[in-house]
Amino acid sequence: MVNQEGGVQAIYQAALDQGRFEIQRCNDCGDAIFFPRELCPGCGSGDLSWFSPSGKGTVYAVTTVRRKPEAGGDYNVSLIDLEENVRLMSRIENAAPEEVKIGMAVKARVTVNEGHGLLVFHAMEGAAQ
Amino acid sequence: MSGDLNNLRGKFAIAGVATFGCGEAPGYTDMELLAQAARLAVADAGLTMKDIDGLCTASASSTMWSMPVVEYLGIRPRFIDATMIGGSSFIAHLMPAMQALESGQCDAVLVAYGSAQRTSTLSRKEIGKARLLMDPQPYEHPYQPMLPMSAYALAASRHMHEFGTTRRQLAQVAVSARQWARKNADAFMRDPLTVDDVLNSRMVSDPLTVRDACLVTDGGGAYVLVRADRARDLPQPPVYVLGQGTAVWNRQISSMADLTVTAATQSGRDAYAMAGMGPKDIDVAELYDAFTINTLLFLEDLGFCAKGEAGAFVEEGNISPGGSLPVNTNGGGLSWGHPGMYGIFAAIEGVRQLRGNAGDSQVAGAQTAIVHGNGGTLSSQSTAILGTAAAL
Ligand SMILES: [Zn+2]
Repeated sequence: MVNQEGGVQAIYQAALDQGRFEIQRCNDCGDAIFFPRELCPGCGSGDLSWFSPSGKGTVYAVTTVRRKPEAGGDYNVSLIDLEENVRLMSRIENAAPEEVKIGMAVKARVTVNEGHGLLVFHAMEGAAQ
Repeated sequence: MSGDLNNLRGKFAIAGVATFGCGEAPGYTDMELLAQAARLAVADAGLTMKDIDGLCTASASSTMWSMPVVEYLGIRPRFIDATMIGGSSFIAHLMPAMQALESGQCDAVLVAYGSAQRTSTLSRKEIGKARLLMDPQPYEHPYQPMLPMSAYALAASRHMHEFGTTRRQLAQVAVSARQWARKNADAFMRDPLTVDDVLNSRMVSDPLTVRDACLVTDGGGAYVLVRADRARDLPQPPVYVLGQGTAVWNRQISSMADLTVTAATQSGRDAYAMAGMGPKDIDVAELYDAFTINTLLFLEDLGFCAKGEAGAFVEEGNISPGGSLPVNTNGGGLSWGHPGMYGIFAAIEGVRQLRGNAGDSQVAGAQTAIVHGNGGTLSSQSTAILGTAAAL
């Protein structure tokens, strides 16, 4: 049966657009899943539910993309491991790029610009390891 | 042991190889570079285009690339494989080509590639924009990683964090490649290069500088694979395929389970198992060095060093000319050249070494070579072990 709300990519983005960060969990094997899938990449099940993760995570890998100041300057790109044991790409918004370190504790936020939601992260106060 | 494909070991050989227009070939198209390399490789094998009844090829821009290649070359292949898994494709093509030769589906497979990436009138910026539309990555692109380089930078950051790998050790990979390139008249960049030169060059995506990244060059490359009995009647010394393996675990760098362990662990294991060999049996290693971190990862994942030890291994001079393990003897993607997808050129350099044709960069007495291709953002890995008649 086709879901009238669309596929999981559209459902994920629609939640972000409303300021909510939701990911999936497999009802068969219990794994959290990211990025959104139509089937569980762990066990192949199609029985998946959406839930709100804690948003707490840790920087797993980090780079600073160098960019000319007139084009907006350098920026951070990180891979972040969520508490729920999934990894995703995002950026840390409240720290200078060179201050973002592997192991830093971060928290998810959704920014909505002109109706389009984007998942970003903030470093947690005094939480750098 | 049928799963190890040992029954295919040594039954097929690369009988012809060629490159064309490597470096800069202004005014040439991808197809023209491919066609010239193909023509020369077939001639090198002592065959004619009429003998070619199998084709493997791939393109980074054309989704139906095998059709215009068939049309352009004027061939009527009975076997076609256009598997496209990035820069490793042309090493991965070996296995379906061997299976097709084994079954009798065809008798001579041409594997061919061409890219005018450096001098093409279509700018890389335009290509990048088209890719965003045609092949979106909605969970990565919003954060504007400079792909592919930022993906490799993320892997490098993790390797440094876990194992204490240093920027100097990464830089030594580029310096060793340059030392080999200085011995190879065909290499595109042959100026002296020091570790400090690399460290002081322009940072692009930390910790990788422009000198930690492969070149952007033009070039065509091709090889011809036939059954071993036929290869022995052809003019060139046969270079036998002893082992082969290919593995894909993910596409996005964010989907990689451990950024310090690549699918080369699987492709290498399969290639060694088929060959009945291990790292100690390898005389020359051609490892796709799109970025300096790649060489470290593949030295570890293909068993030449323990995990985390490749930085020190390289810093001790082991992969430089005169070191214990000749790596990227043509100068590699970092200094020989990098026409978009480098895998076929790693294979061709392996053949050059095993034929004893490598001039000043010849590794004395080389009987075995491992040639390893990488594709995407550490996404696909393909490994082949090649050998001379003495290695059979
Ligand atoms: Zn599951």
